[in-house]
Amino acid sequence: MDIDLLSNVFYAMVRTGTPLLLVALGELVCEKSGVLNLGQEGMMLFGAVAGFIAAYSTGHLWLGVCVSMLAGVLLSSLFALVALAFNANQVATGLALTIVGVGLSTFVGAAWVGKPLTGFEPVALPWLSTLPVVGRMLFAQDLLVYLSFALFALVAWVVLRSRLGLVLQAVGENPDAASAMGLPVLRIRTLAVLFGGAMAGLSGAYLSLAYTPMWAENMSAGRGWIALALVVFASWQVGRLLLGAYLFGLMSIVHLVAQATGLSVPPNLLAMLPYVATILVLVLLSRDRVRTRLYAPLSLGQPWQPGH
Amino acid sequence: MRKRPLRTMIATLAAAVGLASALTASAAPLKVGFVYVGPIGDHGWTYQHEQGRKALEAQMGDKVKTSYVENVAEGADAERVIRDMAKDKYDLVFTTSFGYMNPTVKVAKQFPKVIFEHATGYKQDKNLGTYLARTYEGRYVGGFLAAKMTKSKKIGYVASFPIPEVIRDINAIQLALNKYNPGTELKVVWVNSWFDPGKESDAANALIDQGADVIFQHTDSPAPIQTAERRGVYAIGYASDMAHFGPKAVLASIVNNWAPHYLQTAQAVIDGTWKPQDFWGGLADGTVELPISEVVPAPIKAEAEQLIAAIKSGGFKPFTGPIKDQAGVEKIPAGSSASQADLAGMNYYVEGLTAQLPQ
Amino acid sequence: MLLSLEPRGQASQPMIWLSPVLATVLTLLCGSLLFMALGQDPLVALHTLLIDPVSDLYGVSELLVKTTPILLCALGLAVAYRARLWNIGAEGQLLMGALASSAVAVNLLSLDSRWALVGVLLAGTLGGLLWAAVVAWLRTQFNANEILTSIMLNYVALNLLLYGVHGPLKDPAGFNFPESAMFSDATRLPLLFEEGRAHAGAWFALLALVAVWVLLQRSFLGFQVKVLGLDRRAAASVGFREKRLVWLVLVLSGGLAGLAGACEVTGPIGQLVPQVSPGYGYAAITVAFLGRLHPIGILLASLLMALLYLGGESAQMNLNLPQAITQLFQGLMLFFLLGSDVLILYRPRLNLRWARRRAVAEPVSAL
Repeated sequence: MDIDLLSNVFYAMVRTGTPLLLVALGELVCEKSGVLNLGQEGMMLFGAVAGFIAAYSTGHLWLGVCVSMLAGVLLSSLFALVALAFNANQVATGLALTIVGVGLSTFVGAAWVGKPLTGFEPVALPWLSTLPVVGRMLFAQDLLVYLSFALFALVAWVVLRSRLGLVLQAVGENPDAASAMGLPVLRIRTLAVLFGGAMAGLSGAYLSLAYTPMWAENMSAGRGWIALALVVFASWQVGRLLLGAYLFGLMSIVHLVAQATGLSVPPNLLAMLPYVATILVLVLLSRDRVRTRLYAPLSLGQPWQPGH
Repeated sequence: MRKRPLRTMIATLAAAVGLASALTASAAPLKVGFVYVGPIGDHGWTYQHEQGRKALEAQMGDKVKTSYVENVAEGADAERVIRDMAKDKYDLVFTTSFGYMNPTVKVAKQFPKVIFEHATGYKQDKNLGTYLARTYEGRYVGGFLAAKMTKSKKIGYVASFPIPEVIRDINAIQLALNKYNPGTELKVVWVNSWFDPGKESDAANALIDQGADVIFQHTDSPAPIQTAERRGVYAIGYASDMAHFGPKAVLASIVNNWAPHYLQTAQAVIDGTWKPQDFWGGLADGTVELPISEVVPAPIKAEAEQLIAAIKSGGFKPFTGPIKDQAGVEKIPAGSSASQADLAGMNYYVEGLTAQLPQ
Repeated sequence: MLLSLEPRGQASQPMIWLSPVLATVLTLLCGSLLFMALGQDPLVALHTLLIDPVSDLYGVSELLVKTTPILLCALGLAVAYRARLWNIGAEGQLLMGALASSAVAVNLLSLDSRWALVGVLLAGTLGGLLWAAVVAWLRTQFNANEILTSIMLNYVALNLLLYGVHGPLKDPAGFNFPESAMFSDATRLPLLFEEGRAHAGAWFALLALVAVWVLLQRSFLGFQVKVLGLDRRAAASVGFREKRLVWLVLVLSGGLAGLAGACEVTGPIGQLVPQVSPGYGYAAITVAFLGRLHPIGILLASLLMALLYLGGESAQMNLNLPQAITQLFQGLMLFFLLGSDVLILYRPRLNLRWARRRAVAEPVSAL
């Protein structure tokens, strides 16, 4: 196999996997605290359009990034209000959020369709990017991809090594006990939801400011749902989330590269690759019943109120 | 009862008003409806139809009153939307996607007074016409430009689904490549979607990684153009003018301009001269436009303009025989050119394409 | 907080009925503000959205057509969700049902007997059922989480459908369009009325409604399902066999979704096309929860959902309102419905210094 081809495939894998990774990281934190937020698509799109408008109007890409994160926080706060403060059903609330987010983003972005923008360009790190295979993949990406690496490390550290991570886990596993210990369960959950919103917004910014710098309706094309599935795939472990995002990205790229090299498999069957691969890998990883059963936060998706 | 005389008076008045409005019906604006399969914000297929609708409103002013419904799925919903327009006394309805064919046929039978026009279909009726754009004419010229501008002798095509329209366009490019730069390879990647900017960008990257230095697309977003611009290769836009997405990359764009056909059809309906037909608009009548950018050097551009003129005048037809398919079987004999039926159901790749046609 | 929510002792009966009313009022108010901000007459807009679509018999029949697949899917999902089995794969199961029934129908084009239709519908139900069985198998054999497997299988199903409609099932006389041949009259669902497209699928939905109600409210199996959902360990300790129940609920929801797909292709569409479902499977998830996982609630919620879809088309056509607005309206309605439901279990309290109250006894969870 050609080293260049491998290098190109891995480079594309990271690019394709980044929006999935970003939004999935946010949802992982959210679900760790016991809250299931299905509003990813809506938050991503709203973040994408808000970020694009800000960046296009002011000419500052990073301002766009900040605005998109704020947009995600805004939408997720609506979710927090209804699902946490009002204790409504989380699944339905998340779905409602998706509908509102998609509709809002389309409405707000109508005048911005077709406006070209020079987005984030790849920034190759000196010497590191010349390493074989991994050089281009890890060190010749654009700034938002580097940010995603940093955020991954941050979330991993917080969840696995910090006190905040323990608190998060406690709240997710047994909110009653956590509350009895004096932890402000609703406040922690709200913060987790808002973090999820910010990450979804950031993922949207990546789409509209780096990956394909433009705004077009529904440009996330279902990535929010894939990310949701990836959190489950990862069994709520941060490390496996990275694996899932990049695995999915890799399989999506392979589907396209295989065709470009002239492989004659029906494209519809090739298109199934990412999905089948994810299921297969999940099956392989989940065979140990005892260990895997322990990983879903026990209170995930269940409404909870103080004094419950 | 006292109310009866009042009722009869009102009834007579209503009848009189009705009669008066019927007599002045010709002054009432033509109600034109558009059924879109995608969002107007896709900057591609539906976006261009919407531009056509806007042109219709702008140019005909008070004589027409238009409306549209977007994102109408091609399944059960389509029939309802089309029928609602017919029931609502629309005079002319354009259904802009091939998947609307059978619903349009069904509703057309039930509403003989409404005129229907179905884009890219093949079934007509007394009040149902079809129309499509000969984008393959534009592609042929695009193929010529690609043949002249390529250095790697590899051309990339970001394709959506293997329907006849897409296959026609791919074949047209290959025919041009065969003629103007034999030995040039056309690589096709099917992204299985009409619109997914991320995937289109990935596909373009995959093709460029394989050495393609001119990228065509048959998908709706400008993502492949952007990718080509970023990677420093050439590109040919589709559906709308995409030059501003890739000022250094775009050689030309194959633009679907539906305004001429919409204007013509609306006027014909108003005049009462509309007849059902299978309208294939191309470069000659402005349905297909091919703005060539400054990136193309002047001599090549001049040659391309000559080619366009030849196609416009009817002197040259892209699918002129002899044309053999991949297996070497002659599909179009020498001296003749492909008929509309040949083109409408094209399901083979021409010689020169190495990949298999997905079946 | 000035305004806090105090748990009621038990679910408030009047609020169960008042909550949707409150939500409707709030949505209408909010929607009116939205339309006024866009320069539209709010009354006209609301009328176009909510009343116009069903203002004639044709509209009512269209409502039935749109409701049927959503209702069928949502009923099946409700059973699965009661067991806390998050089947997100109704969309894929519907598509597989459509694919399977089409595969049979295109081979029976020349048959005239009504049994052909029965065969086609059975094939569709089986298709959806088997697709959900994959999820069940992966879950019981390999402990693979059903959320992931069902979502992924949705995309696999879509690609299989595309493969079928571009390849083996493509109409040979169809100019290479990705559509199957039109099904023969014998394999089309009979219409309910002379006018309109309302078809026998509505009867299936009604039957399914009754069946699911009986299952959940009156059968021991339904009881086991509910206990499994409430407390898995308790269910195990009483001897309810989890694996069997998992298979049952998944296969049931898959079968109903597959039937929905079969009804779509043998009913309003009449052939296999790539866009068989504009997202019925996903809409059904929302409807299942809106209906509080209860058959009657689901019936009402699916009617409402279908109405909102129809109203959206009407608003685009008659008011030139962009589709995004109707989506926003839908989302708002959902938010208000969900928010108002909180009043069933919780009482709003004003916290003033001189009136302190303590939390009351543990409420019974409605889900």
